[in-house]
Amino acid sequence: MVDRLAMSPTATLAVGARTPTADIYAPQWRNFIFVAPFLFFFTTLLLFPLLWGMWLSFHKADTFSSGNFVGFGNYVRLYHDKVFLQSIWNTFYFVLLTVPTLALIGLFLALCLNRRTRTAAVLRTLFFSSSVLSVTIVTLIWRIVFIPNVGLLSTIYGWFGATAPAFISDPNLAMVGIAIATIWWCIGLPMMLFLSALQQIPQDIYEAAALDNANRWQTLRSITLPSIKRTFILVIIIQIVLQFQLFGQAWLMTRGGPNNLTKPIVLYIYDTAFRRWDLGLGAAASEILFILILIAAMAQYLVTRSRGDQA
Amino acid sequence: MTADIEIRNVSKQFGAMTVLDHLSLSIRAREFIVFLGPSGCGKSTLLRMIAGLEAVDSGEIAINNERIDHLPPGKRGIAMVFQSYALYPHMTVRDNMAFGLANIGVPGKVIEARINEAARILEMPHLLDRKPGQLSGGQRQRVAIGRAIVKEPKAFLFDEPLSNLDAALRTRTRIELAQLHQRLQSTMIFVTHDQVEAMTLADRIVVMNNRKIDQIGTPMEIYERPATKFVAGFVGAPAMNFVDATLNKSGENATARFADGISVQTEIASSQLTDGKYTFGIRSEDVRIVAAGQGNADGVVDVLERLGERTLIYARLGDGQQIVGSDAGNSRVAVGDRIGLAFDGQKSHLFNETGRAWHAREA
Repeated sequence: MVDRLAMSPTATLAVGARTPTADIYAPQWRNFIFVAPFLFFFTTLLLFPLLWGMWLSFHKADTFSSGNFVGFGNYVRLYHDKVFLQSIWNTFYFVLLTVPTLALIGLFLALCLNRRTRTAAVLRTLFFSSSVLSVTIVTLIWRIVFIPNVGLLSTIYGWFGATAPAFISDPNLAMVGIAIATIWWCIGLPMMLFLSALQQIPQDIYEAAALDNANRWQTLRSITLPSIKRTFILVIIIQIVLQFQLFGQAWLMTRGGPNNLTKPIVLYIYDTAFRRWDLGLGAAASEILFILILIAAMAQYLVTRSRGDQA
Repeated sequence: MTADIEIRNVSKQFGAMTVLDHLSLSIRAREFIVFLGPSGCGKSTLLRMIAGLEAVDSGEIAINNERIDHLPPGKRGIAMVFQSYALYPHMTVRDNMAFGLANIGVPGKVIEARINEAARILEMPHLLDRKPGQLSGGQRQRVAIGRAIVKEPKAFLFDEPLSNLDAALRTRTRIELAQLHQRLQSTMIFVTHDQVEAMTLADRIVVMNNRKIDQIGTPMEIYERPATKFVAGFVGAPAMNFVDATLNKSGENATARFADGISVQTEIASSQLTDGKYTFGIRSEDVRIVAAGQGNADGVVDVLERLGERTLIYARLGDGQQIVGSDAGNSRVAVGDRIGLAFDGQKSHLFNETGRAWHAREA
């Protein structure tokens, strides 16, 4: 019976008619239409500038002409430029000041505010609210805090008969001042990421830990922290990428001073490319920054992945 | 180690809603107790109150005559197996089992020995270095039980631990749990809504309904002499047949008369029955299938369920009420047949309007 059916023309037809729907995962070129808009903006606004920037970095270029090919000339100039080397160090110093602090304070706030009370909800909103301000407002606020003699900090120190540290003008403290303003500005996102991670931890694990005699510290160390490890890495990577691009705060609070000590790479790029119109050199500095961020993010990712989390 | 547990007058409210209403219960040492009831009857809440995961609003709980309701969960000397297992996902099986012991400062060698012993009992030494994510549902279940065993608790609490397993594994784990109880001789409290689990595992079943305990008894007491209509309907599959009836109490034993004139002579003493409306109840296996006109009532077969060893027959009486009867596995009855139904008066039950039950005199 089966054989007879298989050989009959109707059966062949039936099988033949079904083939077009058989492989629903076969490529359909019209699907391209759905990604086309994204692809267009990705290419024109991201890929093209990236490649053009690379091309520029190998040329002596200003705004009027793209000039001559100079090979690695721009990179050699950067290597000998003390201000650029200083700006790299400044940027690393800034990242080192802000990223661990943001992660730790963000985690601390999230741990404190991860409860269903009205106060916690109000405080969450309050701590996040600084994130919606523009950099101009943020620096304005902190300039008011830091201004010598009349600023908030000076006033408070004055009550105790002390002199406030000169966060904007002291060469040793200027970057710390910028870092404080940045942490205040950016703390919302890490806190929210940690909060959402904490809320994903199943409650019954905590109940099991309570039955297992774990005290608060043991619960934090053995249950909570391992459960949000991935979020911790995410926060670190996001913040490294963000803080490497320090510009607005430094430009508006100190103009890179005193003595270039708070000049980050992006400010150097801005100075070089758009104030001195040395586009080739600026492009080369941009590529260095691009590689630095890439390495930092990749290293972080690889280090944490190789430790293996097979939960 | 084992313990008797005393629950005295315990109540629990969530906001305005009362979940448990003045509940009392004594659990003897080494007993396997099952809390059985439908969702929302408060059985899990009661278990969590014993564990210390829910506060006791009023009343007290004592283990070995020591009040424990004010103690934190870890200090009560009990271990719990959760429905979701609640294993620590980032720890190996070994670390999962060691965690509770390390927290109270048990020496490493003792921990190691207990883990190895538990792993041997549960046949899982090969799983010790894996993480929960690498285990199947059944294996996780074993680890959760192992984590409880190593603590050598006074009592084990199980919160619907079999409900996430497939049918075959559930049956096997049920048997293993029974063996584990015999081996450890510990007090065990097991929460389930599955009456088969309750019947097969329990020394005594606590049937809970609507914030209260309806009945406490051995599985066969619960099955054969249910205290209320709820218990009669909840325990047993298919559910007990219920038919509205009026009583004739002129004889020594009451006679139940149904709406269409059918009557059944019960063996329930008339003297103990008060006036009022009653429901007649009988289990399907106590309704025999006979030729039409030969039994207490005649009916037409609606549905047949062939279970292999017996056949369930859903018959419709003249007044439209459905009665489930039981026939041999190879029953010749077919849908649409007119059959007779013979009720076993010795096994019939009567329930008054409040749900209270009366049964035949005990033999």
